[in-house]
Amino acid sequence: MSGDLGLWAVPVAMLGGAIRVSTPFLFVSLGECLTERSGRINLGLEGTLTFGAMAGYALAFESGSAWVGVGAAAAAGAGFGAFHGWICRFKGVNDIAMGIALMLLGIGLAFFFGKPYIQPVAPDLPSIPFGFWSDVPQVQAALQVNVLFLVGVALAFGMAWMLRNTALGLRIRVVGDSTEAARAIGIAPDRVQLWATAAGGALAGVAGAYLSLYYPGSWNEGLSSGQGLMAVALVIFARWNPVLCLFAALLFGAAGALGPALQTVGFTSGYYLFFAAPYVLTLALLIFTSTPGNALDSAPGELSITK
Amino acid sequence: MPRLEAVILPLAALIAGLAVFSLFLIGLGKSPLTFFALVYKAGFGTGFSWQNTLSRVAPLLFAGLCVALPARLGLVVIGGEGAIALGGLAAAVTGVWCGALPGALGLMLMASAAFCVGGAWIGTVGFLRIRRGVNETIASLLMSYIAIALMNHLVEGAFRDPASLNKPSTAPLPAALRVGDMPIGIEVHWGLGIGVLCCVLCWVLLDRTTIGFAARVAGDNIRAAQVQALPVGRLITGFTALGGAMAGLAGYFEVTAIHGAANASLVAGYGFTGILVAFLARHNPLAIIPVAILLAGFQASSGLIQRRMDLPDATILVMQGIVFVTLLLSETLYGRLRLFRPDRWEQRA
Repeated sequence: MSGDLGLWAVPVAMLGGAIRVSTPFLFVSLGECLTERSGRINLGLEGTLTFGAMAGYALAFESGSAWVGVGAAAAAGAGFGAFHGWICRFKGVNDIAMGIALMLLGIGLAFFFGKPYIQPVAPDLPSIPFGFWSDVPQVQAALQVNVLFLVGVALAFGMAWMLRNTALGLRIRVVGDSTEAARAIGIAPDRVQLWATAAGGALAGVAGAYLSLYYPGSWNEGLSSGQGLMAVALVIFARWNPVLCLFAALLFGAAGALGPALQTVGFTSGYYLFFAAPYVLTLALLIFTSTPGNALDSAPGELSITK
Repeated sequence: MPRLEAVILPLAALIAGLAVFSLFLIGLGKSPLTFFALVYKAGFGTGFSWQNTLSRVAPLLFAGLCVALPARLGLVVIGGEGAIALGGLAAAVTGVWCGALPGALGLMLMASAAFCVGGAWIGTVGFLRIRRGVNETIASLLMSYIAIALMNHLVEGAFRDPASLNKPSTAPLPAALRVGDMPIGIEVHWGLGIGVLCCVLCWVLLDRTTIGFAARVAGDNIRAAQVQALPVGRLITGFTALGGAMAGLAGYFEVTAIHGAANASLVAGYGFTGILVAFLARHNPLAIIPVAILLAGFQASSGLIQRRMDLPDATILVMQGIVFVTLLLSETLYGRLRLFRPDRWEQRA
């Protein structure tokens, strides 16, 4: 049956698509998750991700190494995150609005400096062929797993463990739940939030580098389709739990991959509705789990979106 | 002198932002003086450049109101983009159905459809906020994505004009249902006039009526408003709905004055620029008018700057981003500068 999977082509293509499409969601949502666990919200990750995509691509092209690009994207993202973390400590600065401002600035800077890199071809990130056991090309294509995805999976479990079992994780959680309590036990909340926002930005930068260096694998101005903004919703969907972020990212990725997968078997209508499904799901989740006057369960207490 | 503070601080922030942007240009070896001279020339220097600028103002006015009205109640609504898309679609579909009606009646129906659909869409955000405590920023963002997906789905499906091959669109509007230019000697469509009128009416509503007073009380201190038995829930739903209705009108004018049909061009980022407009205007509907004109002028100069200074078109985006950041940073200074507090002038040690 080599080459002809019939309707099985849909789930196979969805699996491959889910892994491919979910990787940027995974990184950017882990970044947002870490930031939000410290009590801040960064709506600017869309800009960070776009700038990371551009910086990663540009540096990979100039240096000839895709990993240098990933490092550059992480560094640029950390810069944006640190800036957001620093600026939001001032009294009266609205972290939601500042996120939007930094999103516009990040996108603007990415487009500004990215113009010369739209044409050149930078090296791609490597992938591992887990589909070697099969001689069906679709299966092989689906199981061609990018290294960054594996890193992201490890990171999701690592971050969950870190938050639950380490002193650092405890500090982040205390600051996120009550800056008063944190101050009382001698933790400087601003500093913890600064580092958590910077680390979150770095992860968003890596997500951008994945977009420009692996899939779709080139830099252009329409590269990001809102993954950075979606991360905010995705983290809510995942109840601020890094491991659930992994599954939420896979679900969002699968929904995004469903449209193209259905097209391969000649089913073309409803493409946009499948694409919007995760947004509807997240909204429904918000509606059914929020109650007036009562913050979302498991949400960090200091988070401005739950107040 | 809080009023003086509310004028001077945003202006100072704007100038500071432009100064930072000038440093950015100097760092790249470009002259900021040339840049601002070109912006003036292309945006405001001649009759033609005014026409170019003013023709871009209308969607910024409406999108700015969509952010500013809920903001007076303390809500950050960022989903105007979706309401613009659905409002435009509603207008286009109504126009196709009313093709046989007299022009004026058809235009009224189209505007009403856009108004109602936009209002219902963002009003839902306010409703969810009071009924379920759902955060309005996230809800409006999600609903914006859903709205755009819905618009694309309907434009490519149920409402598609079979003749639109490369760019799926609704059927083109008949000439009688296209809004024309205002009789003011330059080619600027009615969206500008209606948009300015809406800004003035919203200002009257906010600053000169008891409803607006109640809204401002609720925005300043929601507990106080509840203690005074103000209808906070209805205010929130009403103001978000009105903001959404304004965004719907932006879509209406895009369809009836510019594109002549609803298609993916409706998603042009006006919703996001509107956030900047509203924040720069400090959510004052009257201030939205000059701010929108200023930003439209910057956008109108983009082409000339590209050609003359060899800078990419994203230069304007960078400038807007920097101005937005300095503006929000300036919020921290409110009430902290002795300059604006005559009562404290004597306290200097």
